[in-house]
Amino acid sequence: MFGKKKTVPTLESKVLEARVANSKIYAEGIRKVYSSKKGETVAIEDASIEILENEFISIVGPSGCGKSTLLRILGGLDEVSGGTMIIGDRPIEGPGADRGMVFQSYTLFPWLTVEDNIRVGLKIKKMPKKEQDGIVERYLEIIKLSAFRKSYPKELSGGMKQRVAIARALANSPEVLLMDEPFGALDSQTKAEMQVLMREIWKTERTTIIFITHDIEEAVFLSTRIYVMSDRPSVIKANIPIYLPYERKLELKDTAEFIALRRKITAMLHEDKEQEIMA
Amino acid sequence: MIHLKNLFRIRKGISPVLYNILALSVFALVIGVWWVLSEGGFVDKIFLPTPRAVLKYLIEVFTTGEIFSDIGISFYRIFMGFIIAVIIGVPLGVLIGTFNFAEGLFQPITEFIRYMPVPAFVPLIMVWCGINETAKIMVILIGTLFQLIPMVADNVRSVPDDLISAVYTLGANKRTVILKVIIPAIAPRTMDTLRVMMGWAWTYLTVAELVAANSGLGYNILKAQRFLKTDVIFGGILIIGVLGLIMDRLFALLNRKMFPWAEGGE
Repeated sequence: MFGKKKTVPTLESKVLEARVANSKIYAEGIRKVYSSKKGETVAIEDASIEILENEFISIVGPSGCGKSTLLRILGGLDEVSGGTMIIGDRPIEGPGADRGMVFQSYTLFPWLTVEDNIRVGLKIKKMPKKEQDGIVERYLEIIKLSAFRKSYPKELSGGMKQRVAIARALANSPEVLLMDEPFGALDSQTKAEMQVLMREIWKTERTTIIFITHDIEEAVFLSTRIYVMSDRPSVIKANIPIYLPYERKLELKDTAEFIALRRKITAMLHEDKEQEIMA
Repeated sequence: MIHLKNLFRIRKGISPVLYNILALSVFALVIGVWWVLSEGGFVDKIFLPTPRAVLKYLIEVFTTGEIFSDIGISFYRIFMGFIIAVIIGVPLGVLIGTFNFAEGLFQPITEFIRYMPVPAFVPLIMVWCGINETAKIMVILIGTLFQLIPMVADNVRSVPDDLISAVYTLGANKRTVILKVIIPAIAPRTMDTLRVMMGWAWTYLTVAELVAANSGLGYNILKAQRFLKTDVIFGGILIIGVLGLIMDRLFALLNRKMFPWAEGGE
């Protein structure tokens, strides 16, 4: 790392440079335009976000606002139409192991057992087998699926599959974990359990997380900070720090301060709709 | 007592026993009608041989073993045509399904040839290859290859994008994506595609042997036609049908054994 020159092409001000230095992921002026025969559709007008080390950021917004697209752009999976994106000290160009990702759909490799799924990233890295075993063991324990190490994905429930997907991403020790509505397909009971587990993992592993959800309660419960996105063509319209206790249990969702925060953000999301109706 | 109402429940199962009874009774009915028509003298034996005559023929050829050389040569032709089709077709299908440029190159021509009737190629193949083994293998190859390519390409396209995205975010390069994700992901479905191809191969084998052979199961049927030995024709068709069915079941079994992890399987 020492003496490595920053290869960021579009830094314009010293202020920006200072902010980049502090953040894990820094994205400014992200723009996403889809071109078709009918013309251009602006999906994301202008999105700027920054994530510091060990933050748990959620991005919420109305459905179709492009929050998943923003995450996929950060993951290097979708092309960006404009803007600057930096991870650590490098520009983001294409996908990489430094940004692990968990998807809403089940993406375990069905031909691999649970433990071999967790091992995939380590194998790609050509890590020695002994070292792999240690890491796989640790994450099997963290996601509480040691008993299912030899099971195939088809034998697992939806919640279990997502736990393995999280373990698979974390085992690769990414700098940032990108999560695209990972609990969106789960029933509410399982979802609540996953939220508690996720909070635990974030605390013990000290991971930096960007979490996409349309569930505001989920965002408030999990996050240290929330970005609110507007409808298309979307912009980031609010950046809300969540001052809730470090130790969070499900009961927290019933407290007055939690409900107040949830209401505040819900109201923000609905502003858009109201303005549309007024117009 | 079976209630009629219970049989007509949309997409609801019936007991396996009942299922088997239904399946077997249709076979019994077909054979029964055949029996009555032929043994009862309603239809001339030239047109419709009796089940007894067919059975007698089958027992004879299997006890003397004369049919085995025909089965052997037919199997050889199918195997060769099929293997060559797989060696060319599967990689080409993977390329087409993976890379848009390969699709542009090969898909349209494949679709074009696919709709040409294979039997129409036979005279041409005879001109090009004579009537030796190459000719029969060519018929089977042409018949299966151009069906196989687009089916494998479709298998590749059905691999979820997120599965590929996921392995990219784990640090994979393109090579790893193709070899470690796309290929294993399509394996079970491709085995199933090959099973369907095997059925096509049997059909085209018969086509090839009916018009351009002096050995094999199809030729056996053709030879019988010249002497109006309909019992031999019936027997020959039955042998081909049963062998095809056995191959089909073997493929299905192999698929279950090789890919126990596949969804929907077992």
